[in-house]
Amino acid sequence: MDFDRELRNHQMADGDLELSICPKCNAQFAKKELADRQHVCPNCGYHYRIGAYDRLRIILDADSFEELDETLHSTDPLDFPGYREKLNQMRKKTGLDDAVVMAVGTIKNIPVVVVVLDSRFSMGSMGVVVGEKITRAVEYADEQKLPLLIFSASGGARMQEGIFSLMQMAKTSSALARFSGHRGFFISILTDPTMGGVTASFASLGDIILAEPGALIGFAGARVIEQTIGQSLPEGFQRAEYLEEHGFIDAIVPRPQLRDTLAQLLLLHQPKQEAVYDSNEG
Amino acid sequence: MTRTKDNQYIALARAMDRLSVTDYIQALFTDFFEQHGDRLCREDPSILGGIARFHGMPVTVIGTRKGKNLRERIRFNFGMPNPEGYRKARRLMKQAEKFQRPIITFIDTPGAYPGIEAEARGQGEAIAKNMMKMSQLKVPIITVITGEGNSGGALGLAVADWVVMLSHSVFSVLSPEGFASILWKDASRSTEACELMKLTANDLYEAGVIDGIIEEPAGGAQANPEQMYALLDQALAYYLEELSQKPINDLLEERYEKFRKIGFALE
Ligand SMILES: [Zn+2]
Repeated sequence: MDFDRELRNHQMADGDLELSICPKCNAQFAKKELADRQHVCPNCGYHYRIGAYDRLRIILDADSFEELDETLHSTDPLDFPGYREKLNQMRKKTGLDDAVVMAVGTIKNIPVVVVVLDSRFSMGSMGVVVGEKITRAVEYADEQKLPLLIFSASGGARMQEGIFSLMQMAKTSSALARFSGHRGFFISILTDPTMGGVTASFASLGDIILAEPGALIGFAGARVIEQTIGQSLPEGFQRAEYLEEHGFIDAIVPRPQLRDTLAQLLLLHQPKQEAVYDSNEG
Repeated sequence: MTRTKDNQYIALARAMDRLSVTDYIQALFTDFFEQHGDRLCREDPSILGGIARFHGMPVTVIGTRKGKNLRERIRFNFGMPNPEGYRKARRLMKQAEKFQRPIITFIDTPGAYPGIEAEARGQGEAIAKNMMKMSQLKVPIITVITGEGNSGGALGLAVADWVVMLSHSVFSVLSPEGFASILWKDASRSTEACELMKLTANDLYEAGVIDGIIEEPAGGAQANPEQMYALLDQALAYYLEELSQKPINDLLEERYEKFRKIGFALE
């Protein structure tokens, strides 16, 4: 893996001894302390958005992960004015080539394929690179008969990639249909935020769907809905708890318990024998 | 020049008298039996669906509809489906597979409805499940984009073996107004958005996103409906025949590969 990138990312995420103010309860903590607590506010439990490598560090066994296809990057398919410059800025800022990291690693010694979207890069929006990496991850998990975890953190479609962004929804969903037909096990973890075309494709297609507390999850954005219906939205609308109440996620799991929950689910799904399975759900 | 042209497409595609799925069913199909409801929650009139015959062969027809006057537009929610519409469509498509009927979908929608109940009942989940299911259905699927095909609300009915656009229709990630509003916080820049988005049939065919274009009569489909019906009838008959002759595994493999290769990333 690219250690420079890893280092930059680490510095970015942990900061120094700077203070961080919790956006929910306004309590102040040293960034270092927050990082030690997996970026969960010690006072109110607010789950900060975290970068892809921080996520992998929290979830996977130490030193177990290897990143795949890490240099995959956008062709700017619409030749969109200013997009290349914007991509370059975000690359510099985050050390990532796009809004997604794909890796293989282990959780309590169980091998998994993991994809993590990173909201620091263009709000985790799905363009061709995100769609392509997710599809490759699904196909790789299918070939290797490994379980697949996808951590979503995305505002939705990457506008600057237009129709090519939209079509990633069909591509990723088709790949997951095949994977599911081959008995592949997919856990979708929804983190803050999971919106638009990401919600309307792979993120909603997990065998198990988990969410972090308080995560914003939905299809249409709040502003668009308010403009359309001409009224303000109810308290807690489109939060993980709302989704659970309405039957769209299996469980809300606080970040400190996530690794244990994933290990438990992976163990419960360890394959017993090969058998023909006809996928006819949904 | 391109600017005015692309904008004219939008105007034609959105015209109140644009031919709708109802017109096409009446003109091209016989014995239409409309099926209502998703069997879970309710009936969504934004999506019309049922069984009919095309050249004598039973098929399942599904389409989004906007309505042609204000009263209809309100009743059909301006062509913006709720999750129940997508779930009804999925129910009908699964039934089509069971009875080995090809599926034809007609798309004309500003997008899936952005509403409180739509979110509460899982708009995203409904669209995702449709795409997942369509990618595996063991019958030929044809999608005709007849007006506007915007966002996941259109794609949720368009994972097909042959995706064709009428020459003045548009297909895009979002309406140009929504696009401009998200990108520049200014919906009034929609003309500029049109120009950049590559949403016309020609652009999309060149980009490999769609499989064909049906040339509309001068002035658009609505200017000469009889001619439009004849052209569409001919095209549907040809492609249904071709798709129906393919072994099902080849059909599924080609469907997968088609969507798999849309969008290219540099290593
Ligand atoms: Zn707090």
